[in-house]
Amino acid sequence: MYRYDEFDERFVRERVAQFRDQVDRRLSGSLTEDEFRPLRLQNGLYLQLHAYMLRIAIPYGSLSSRQLRQLARIADAYDKGYGHFTTRTNLQFNWIKLRDVPDILDLLADVEMHCIQTSGNDVRNVTADQFAGVAGDEIEDPRPVAELLRQWSSLHPEFSFLPRKFKIAVIASAADRAVLKSHDVGVRIVRNKAGEIGYQILAGGGLGRTPMVGKVVRDFLPRGQLLAYLEALLRVYNADGRRDNKFKARIKILVHEIGVETFRERVEAEFAAGPSYADDETAELARIAASFAQKNYERLPARSETFEAARKTDPAFAEWVVNSLFSHKVDGYAAVTVSLKPVGGVPGDMTSAQMRLFADLTDRYSLGELRVTHAQNLVLPYVKQDELHALWKELAGARLATPNVGLVTDIISCPGLDYCALATARSIPIAQAIATRFADKARQADIGPLQIKISGCINACGHHHVGHIGILGLEKRGQESYQVTLGGDSSENMAIGELLGPGLTADEVPDAIERVVGVYLAQRRAGETFIEAVKRLGVGAFKAAFLGGAQNEAA
Amino acid sequence: MKLLDRAGYRTDDFSRDGSGGSPIVQLAEVNAALEARGADAPVGVEVANNTDVERLAALFDRVALIAIVFPAFSDGRGFSLAKRLRQDGFKGRLRAVGPLIPDQGPYAFACGFDEIELPEAIAARQTEAQWTKAFSAISLPYQPGYARPATILERRLEARRKATEGARHA
Repeated sequence: MYRYDEFDERFVRERVAQFRDQVDRRLSGSLTEDEFRPLRLQNGLYLQLHAYMLRIAIPYGSLSSRQLRQLARIADAYDKGYGHFTTRTNLQFNWIKLRDVPDILDLLADVEMHCIQTSGNDVRNVTADQFAGVAGDEIEDPRPVAELLRQWSSLHPEFSFLPRKFKIAVIASAADRAVLKSHDVGVRIVRNKAGEIGYQILAGGGLGRTPMVGKVVRDFLPRGQLLAYLEALLRVYNADGRRDNKFKARIKILVHEIGVETFRERVEAEFAAGPSYADDETAELARIAASFAQKNYERLPARSETFEAARKTDPAFAEWVVNSLFSHKVDGYAAVTVSLKPVGGVPGDMTSAQMRLFADLTDRYSLGELRVTHAQNLVLPYVKQDELHALWKELAGARLATPNVGLVTDIISCPGLDYCALATARSIPIAQAIATRFADKARQADIGPLQIKISGCINACGHHHVGHIGILGLEKRGQESYQVTLGGDSSENMAIGELLGPGLTADEVPDAIERVVGVYLAQRRAGETFIEAVKRLGVGAFKAAFLGGAQNEAA
Repeated sequence: MKLLDRAGYRTDDFSRDGSGGSPIVQLAEVNAALEARGADAPVGVEVANNTDVERLAALFDRVALIAIVFPAFSDGRGFSLAKRLRQDGFKGRLRAVGPLIPDQGPYAFACGFDEIELPEAIAARQTEAQWTKAFSAISLPYQPGYARPATILERRLEARRKATEGARHA
């Protein structure tokens, strides 16, 4: 993992002091509430329905056991003993007091963490592939580039008052596990025909009110030019992005309105006129990459007899193994996805007790490191296959071995109206109702991979547009109303789901989902997944079934 | 209006109403003002934050000061315009005009501004001490390419060079 040097350390400490001073100036009246708001947002502090919410940055989803223990400590001392992992791989505390925030920031700084730019109209927490560094299909570990961008974007003098928020993701494989194309900028590490490593740059992706798939702005950007190129791109957006309407202020609207060709021309002109940081950037990237260097792996056989034996003798373990393991580039190891989606639980929530236990497991089984995924689950990236069974038993004891990763009950959900001031409907109870309906494990296994994603408002934090089944909670005439979309895809084949029909009441949602899944079960071909069947049959083939029970309501 | 630079408040040697010092005029009036005042008398020009850089390039050697208006502190376009003007070679004084807040001071200087002109109402709430404190809140920033005493990147490279040299001498 990246470790702070003296400069990072001082930067974060000074940042804490700066925020403490900003709070003091607000309390003394030097800053008005309007002036203070962007400052607290740039520090991840929201005023929600019931209390302040503090969003802590987990850069590219990477956490150490030590950091997780500190989060548990904060959860106990300053919150209600739990935290919530988000689709941008951050952690939110929901019951924070303003006066405690500077002290919390100090505790975070003690473990090389912060809340910088987890909100606000600035460059947000940079995300990456959760299997970075262990995936066999990556060109290189994308985290050093993500860390370079984390530092570069922190308190950027030119880009801290953008038209709107700006999200960047970095991946290094053809397979997209980070929803790259839904980001304002996607950086894909690629190799050109000459074998050189560089970057493919996408821009203008986004979800929210106007979902857009990111478009390629630059097919190949040579190494060393990333900061200069992004500076040019952000400058074009900062200068030309719309500021007349908050809902049209994201870069996706600019790219859409002027067209990607014009946008590209402006960026390239700005880039050509700008400076080069190539030598500095290359040296800095090498310095950062060294801290992510190869782990001390043991030499193990590719096949673990211990693991194979346990699979044969322990059916519950075997059931969990099917969807929880990701193949590791090093023989004898596996990356383990740990579901934070117990049936009936709150997606992405973790108690302080679970955090502490998980931190211990991380030390014992995964070289002290874990990852947070955009699907609100956790990953132990360095587990020996020989130890998978032992790990699973301990996870099961902490209610952390739900065998549903990637299945119908592994639902992404934003906090919704239970917490969020922006929400128009509840999300969590919908997720809970659907998960409960599909709780039967054999049935889940039969249905296979199916991503349901729920947002409690049009801002789409729950990624509903790219859910195989997406659910959007709205408010209609004082009632919660849920729109259901089908055929969204968050992978490298990113697609926006299509509306199935009129809105449903909360009670109607599980039945309607069940009917849609029923069409798939009846019509699938051998080995065909849900999303494959939807693409073959078309959304239209599901509409009648979707409407089946809702027609009475509409009539 | 109150004027401040990196050291704090200073007296303004420009004015918009002819009350003293050199004039700051609007872009539409700048050619007339330059002609009227002659080549050696300083003239400042005030521009909106979405002004084309090309429109201003012809003025680079003729005006002593360009003032960029921030209609609201949350509108960051002025930072990019300043950066572009510096990048394209404007060497005169750059002034940010508008209701900025102290925490934006370091950003303004880094983007190429020399000074900030504040409405009285803002200056009344936000003291000179608060402004100068904010200027040094973060001693070393990360971003290369911005006007700063030094960046973290430079210090790291420097430290590495020294370490390499030390190793060579040892």
